[in-house]
Amino acid sequence: MAGTAVSGRLTWQLAELVEVIVETPHVKTIVLDVPSWPGHRAGQHLDVRLTAEDGYQAERSYSIASALDGTRVALTVQRLEDGEVSPYLTDELRPGEKIELRGPIGGYFVWEPSDRGPLMLVAGGSGVVPLMAMIRTRAAAGDDTETRLLYSSRSPDDVIYRDELELLSGNGLGIVHTLTDSQPPGWMGYARRVDAEMLAEVAPSPAERPRFYACGPTPFVEAVAEALVRLGHDSPAIKTERFGPTGR
Amino acid sequence: MDELMLDGNAIGGLLQEVFAVEMTTAIGACGSCGTGGPVGAVHVYRGAGIVLRCPHCGNTLAKIVKSDSRVWIDLAGIRVLEVTV
Amino acid sequence: MPPEAAKPVVSRGWRGRRSTDVDPARIPPGQYVTRDFPVLSAGPTPHTSLELWDFSIIGELDSPRRWTWEEFRALPSEEITRDIHCVNKWSKLDTVWRGVSVDTLLEGIETAAEYVTAYSDGGYTTNLPLEDVTGGKAWVVFAYGGEPLEPEHGGPARMLVPRHYFWKSAKWVRGLRLHLSDEPGFWETNGYHNDGDPWQEQRYQGD
Repeated sequence: MAGTAVSGRLTWQLAELVEVIVETPHVKTIVLDVPSWPGHRAGQHLDVRLTAEDGYQAERSYSIASALDGTRVALTVQRLEDGEVSPYLTDELRPGEKIELRGPIGGYFVWEPSDRGPLMLVAGGSGVVPLMAMIRTRAAAGDDTETRLLYSSRSPDDVIYRDELELLSGNGLGIVHTLTDSQPPGWMGYARRVDAEMLAEVAPSPAERPRFYACGPTPFVEAVAEALVRLGHDSPAIKTERFGPTGR
Repeated sequence: MDELMLDGNAIGGLLQEVFAVEMTTAIGACGSCGTGGPVGAVHVYRGAGIVLRCPHCGNTLAKIVKSDSRVWIDLAGIRVLEVTV
Repeated sequence: MPPEAAKPVVSRGWRGRRSTDVDPARIPPGQYVTRDFPVLSAGPTPHTSLELWDFSIIGELDSPRRWTWEEFRALPSEEITRDIHCVNKWSKLDTVWRGVSVDTLLEGIETAAEYVTAYSDGGYTTNLPLEDVTGGKAWVVFAYGGEPLEPEHGGPARMLVPRHYFWKSAKWVRGLRLHLSDEPGFWETNGYHNDGDPWQEQRYQGD
């Protein structure tokens, strides 16, 4: 869509925590109300800034998990064991309290229902968050673009949005899980890390010219992008968002 | 492959703070190998400051240092930058 | 003008991950003590094999010097315990290294140079006055915490110049170039302070 470049200097805004949703043992979704939220597109992120009483600050980026919903913005945050920011967001922040954030940010790793498909989403762990925003946006628009999500998690308990994904599947959306560390009894699905063979089986063929969005830890995204290129997919059609070595 | 590496969209906030427009969709041509691509797809490293590198040849495209009130940007590694305004 | 917070809002009870039970006299202004060892890099980690590695002293001197890894490791080395300070505000206390003093590397050299540039695999450079790397103020280190220096922390060898912000302690260092005049390096040409004394909080140009 022409003329949708986001303009204007980003400014820090105050957002209020409205609700906390437990997704998995290590992951929570925090729903924020941002009074002057200009709206956002699926795949965008925002920057959160915490300030201690003595002025010490830390900033982190979090992908927006929700589809556009007025002034409501949901972030799905993985609590990192020795994290600087994530434990505060998941365990300390109480409904009614405020945090500073700026956004929405990003124009490269975004998807809109008007984008031509087929759409192939590849998620490693908490990398599913921006891809879920895409899936939710697609559902809210009643869009039926052929879409597949290949989602790698350690175990069934680590699968974020598990029930909602199952509910949304169908109507052109296919969900494929791979569980790398432990699987439920009777599991017939993939039980290993995403590799070229798996991508060849799950992704549309190069002839169908799919759009790819891959998100997760840097080594995961790197392996996926390399495999896709080797399978014959066009490099510019593979958009990546790397979280760094351990995720955000 | 380097575990530390991020994509250009990881610094989307910083770039928009400086340039006042969304920059991850800006297209840059590498001054060394000539390959063009969106800023969102460049390789980002965080050292003392931020370094943007060409995903094809590794050339330093840009360096960014930010204090509270000033930003220094070296764009010498980018031959030309195309920005949608 | 869009509404904006006048000053940052304090996050109740948040302190971050820093260590707080430290003697404040050891912490330069604006620094915080970290428990871990953040890995920061201007580029991908080089992986130079020890067979190919060498360290050189070149530029404004009587005759250049060069050591292979074996020759370098045969030089007298020492254990060094120092506090280190990164311009990104984290400090790490009592870090233990092992390395060769720059005084040893420059021993007997005849030069009119007053400045050095440390240069590294991957193209990184940083500059210092010669007097800031001599007299027991700088080393080329090859071990950290009793173990060989890991590539992500600058191994096989990096500079250690603890009296300056840590960007001056170049990772993956391959040599020192001696100059008559100062030649600002990778970050010094892009906003960081040419000297970088943490005790005077010389982070940026003009500080």
